[in-house]
Amino acid sequence: MRRIVIVGYGMAGARLADEIRRRDQDISITVVGAEPHAAYNRVLLSTVVAGTMTPESTRLHDEGWAEEHNITLLLNHKVTEINRSTRTVVAEETRGPRVSLEGTRGPRVPFSYDALVLATGSTPWVPPAEGLTEDGVLAPGVVAFRTLDDCARIEAKARKGMPVVVLGGGLLGIEAARGLAGRGCLVTVVHPVGHLMERQLDPGAGSVLARTLGRLGIEFRLNSLAAKYLPGDGLVLDDGSHLPAELVVVSAGVRAETSLAVEAGLVVDRGIVVDDVLRTSDQRIHAIGDCAQHPGTVSGLVQPAWDQAAVLADRLTGANPAARYLGTSVVTRLKARDVDLAALGDVHTDVDCPDSEVLCFQEPSRGRYAKLVLRDDRVAGAIVLGAPDAAATITQLYDRGVPAPTDRLALLLGRALPAEAASPADLPSSAVICRCNTVSKGQIVAAWRAGAESLPQLVEATRATTGCGGCKDAVCGLADWLGASQPQPA
Amino acid sequence: MSVIDGQVRPGPGGLCQKGWTAGELLRHPGRLTTPLLRGEPVSWDEALDFVASRIRSYEPDEVAVFGGGGLTNEKAYALGKFARVALKTSQIDYNGRFCMSSAAAAGNKAFGLDRGLPFPLSDLRSADTVLLAGSNPAETMPPFLRHLEGARLIVIDPRRTPTAERATLHLQPAPGTDLALALGLLHTAFIEGVLDKEYIATRTSGFVDAWRIAAQWWPERAERVTGVSAADQRAAVHMLAGRSYVLTGRGSEQHASGTDTVSAWINLALALGLPGRTGSGYGCLTGQGNGQGGREHGQKADQLPGYRKIDDPAARRHVMDVWGVTELPGPGRSAYELLTADDIKAMLVFGSNPVVSAPRASGVTDRFRALDLLVVADFVMSETAAMADVVFPVTQWAEEDGTMTNLEGRVIRRRKALDPPPGVRSDLELLHGLASRLGVGGFPVAPQEVFEELRRASAGGPSDYSGITYERLENEELHWPVPSVDHPGTPRLFLDRFAHPDGLARFVPVDHRGPAEPPDEEFPLQATTGRVLQHYQSGAQTRRIGELLKAVPEMYVEVHPDTAARAGLAAGGLAHVVSRRGRVTATVRCVPSMRADAVFLPFHFPGDGRANLLTNPALDPTSRMPEFKVCAVRLERA
Repeated sequence: MRRIVIVGYGMAGARLADEIRRRDQDISITVVGAEPHAAYNRVLLSTVVAGTMTPESTRLHDEGWAEEHNITLLLNHKVTEINRSTRTVVAEETRGPRVSLEGTRGPRVPFSYDALVLATGSTPWVPPAEGLTEDGVLAPGVVAFRTLDDCARIEAKARKGMPVVVLGGGLLGIEAARGLAGRGCLVTVVHPVGHLMERQLDPGAGSVLARTLGRLGIEFRLNSLAAKYLPGDGLVLDDGSHLPAELVVVSAGVRAETSLAVEAGLVVDRGIVVDDVLRTSDQRIHAIGDCAQHPGTVSGLVQPAWDQAAVLADRLTGANPAARYLGTSVVTRLKARDVDLAALGDVHTDVDCPDSEVLCFQEPSRGRYAKLVLRDDRVAGAIVLGAPDAAATITQLYDRGVPAPTDRLALLLGRALPAEAASPADLPSSAVICRCNTVSKGQIVAAWRAGAESLPQLVEATRATTGCGGCKDAVCGLADWLGASQPQPA
Repeated sequence: MSVIDGQVRPGPGGLCQKGWTAGELLRHPGRLTTPLLRGEPVSWDEALDFVASRIRSYEPDEVAVFGGGGLTNEKAYALGKFARVALKTSQIDYNGRFCMSSAAAAGNKAFGLDRGLPFPLSDLRSADTVLLAGSNPAETMPPFLRHLEGARLIVIDPRRTPTAERATLHLQPAPGTDLALALGLLHTAFIEGVLDKEYIATRTSGFVDAWRIAAQWWPERAERVTGVSAADQRAAVHMLAGRSYVLTGRGSEQHASGTDTVSAWINLALALGLPGRTGSGYGCLTGQGNGQGGREHGQKADQLPGYRKIDDPAARRHVMDVWGVTELPGPGRSAYELLTADDIKAMLVFGSNPVVSAPRASGVTDRFRALDLLVVADFVMSETAAMADVVFPVTQWAEEDGTMTNLEGRVIRRRKALDPPPGVRSDLELLHGLASRLGVGGFPVAPQEVFEELRRASAGGPSDYSGITYERLENEELHWPVPSVDHPGTPRLFLDRFAHPDGLARFVPVDHRGPAEPPDEEFPLQATTGRVLQHYQSGAQTRRIGELLKAVPEMYVEVHPDTAARAGLAAGGLAHVVSRRGRVTATVRCVPSMRADAVFLPFHFPGDGRANLLTNPALDPTSRMPEFKVCAVRLERA
């Protein structure tokens, strides 16, 4: 029987195990996870920080999952060694997460594999400010924003009115900041670039976003770096200014976790390099999720990991040997209460670019910003802030490759407002008043002229209002209008 | 409604144009009044003798029966008994399979019992919010809207239908993505803190497993798949928390994942604590005239009267005792499988027009042509009747006694108001005539006599009619189950417990799968099919009424103006709508509220205007419902 060993029990590893088991009941699956919990949904961590979801409700699997699906699951274990010639890995016990393995060698568990999958994810990058780490470990009062345990630490510490600094104004940093502000913390975001979420937004959108978040109580220090951390006091920034902070949340980006692959001699660039069948430079070793580097995707998002898991499961089980991963088109969606932001595709094209059609609408005072980049009539990129309907529609056009509607303005602004209710006088004679009985304005006017001047008479003559009854007001309105427009006796 | 001097008069509930004009069919010149044998008029005896002698030449399972959800309870019951006792065939199913079977399956899974609305329709008048998932009652059932006048409406429909126009909130998911939307709403309800945790703990089981899946459908992810904004999802769940009802229709059900889609809506209703309480709930809006009763009394392949399961030994024993037989066939095939089975030699069709209404209609038509014997009972020359070897002219609504069971499980008397034209007989007389020629008794022609037997056959079953009599129905409103003649009926089910042995409602863990046939370069658009106000089902009846035909005279396709322009089509011109299975000719209607990647086709028209030439017969694994509501197409100039 083929043996598949999955290193990593995060969103990618857990998904892969599920996808393989769905396709093949018998194949041997071993999953090794470093954290003490069953897999959980990292996407939901911002809702845990915001207090709207409990850690328990973010779990992807129950306690009994592994047994129920005949999967060997090792929690609190980390693979420390890959022996490619004997096709074995060695897992060692960790003492809970984020503990350096140095000097904590537990019992070594060897596994043989026919196929090995690295789904080791990524680790937070800590800016090189003095005092943020002590001996390679985050200093007291400094917490990363990456795991469920990080969330527990943030939750345990965060109090109303407490000054908190978030290092990093990217997607996750802003989600953490919004969650903490919602809990009543006094949040300042320190960001090294001149505008927020610069990977996904242009400067205009970044500034409208900052303004919107500002109204929710969040302050920003842009173009700033943390220079020094003073435990219990706060941060000194690179311009010498001082920011009070009783809690520092680090969300300054992640690095692919590749150390195991490097040691095993696999080709590694920013991440573990994989091809369209998610193979590394060793034919028997695959990589998916944040640790993998595929030209068709960017890391840090769950959708590529899930797409990759499906393709790899198709191949490893033989369900579809022709399956290929050709990349994931990314739509960035901020999950933050009262802030509706979507960004997709190429957003950095200027309005006056000659070979694209670029539309832009800005209304900073109401938190709205919309930019649409079209090429060959199709959506090539967009930023939509504060216009949720437009965001949903544009995303669909982008994902499905549907040509954009000719009414570009309506697209950019979202749902068209309902037309003003027309006065009976303005309706054409053919307008259907009672849909249930196909009665037109003309028929009602004719019945009225023939003497049916009250509602019951009009109903009797035309059957209008006898279906759903929804046109009663319209029929009364017509009768009133007809009455009022009668020539008055001299 | 009633018929006075041949004129239709509305009852208190209101009437739409179909109702007002229903009288025209009674004396329509196109009315069938004599049996036809290969198109030639013959006597009833001659036609019956012919059919009986042919039936005798086949093995039992080579003969199939196809029923309809418009038949009275008495006819539906007699038809099921006729198939199993007189024909001894297991091969019976009906067009309700194309209608509510997904909701029925999901209702049984969740609640242990399926009754369209487990509460009286009038309860809806006190609702704060009603969510209609894939239902367009402003066209399909206009008087129903009178019950919703006081409520805020949330309408889930890819089209901006007349119902959606009346909604407080119209959520417009991409065709085939309702399940993802329901999962997104469950997730949103969780993070917005509107779940009824006490109810989940005390009245349901299985929440955690359902949640593990819904947890992966955060609103922004559901938005990307469905096109419904996360903001609208939030607005919807806040509107739903409280005195609310979730109601599903064909739009949710007619998919290869229809049962799971309805389960997802029920999961949402359960998570909000709606079902099994006065003032809130979940229900399915039944489609055909007797859609509810038609599915309870044995014309379904897997069921016996009283909504009993045909593979349940105790149920079989009970029904065999009532029928006085010692053997019964087992379960047969579902509707589409039956209509296209090449081992069937003879097909008897009652109250249905599958040549127009079945999916991939050209395949069904070809199969019908290949039959040895096609027998159709109808009152007009439907497209299916036109193909038949033998056509029997039967009675219609105002010409017969009987009962129907409406969408709230209330049994209603149908009273004979007119004598049928000479030459016309009731379906019960037809079954009696055939059975006696096959040497089998037990098929009375009087509806009340059949109902008396139905009472006994249903006694003790889930839909127990044993306490209902024609006399009681004169003065009482009786919702089943009515287990004895002194029982007041059951207007509200599940108030104390659900029908599973543990009394709990069950969450069913379901995940989104998407349409069976996704669009691609060759077929880039998604077609969805549905009804218009003026026509009923295959249109065989309503296309014969001048006033209705004048209002909607011909096949059309609704297209976004941009999509029409890109295909070189103009409003009012003719288009071909093409799928992998066929080609439909239709007049183009440009509708700015359509999605640019979807088209809509009504399914009431015959010939090369049959929407079902396009539809995908991918079947739901549980309900065997075909995927009527979404298939991949392209537009061409005709």
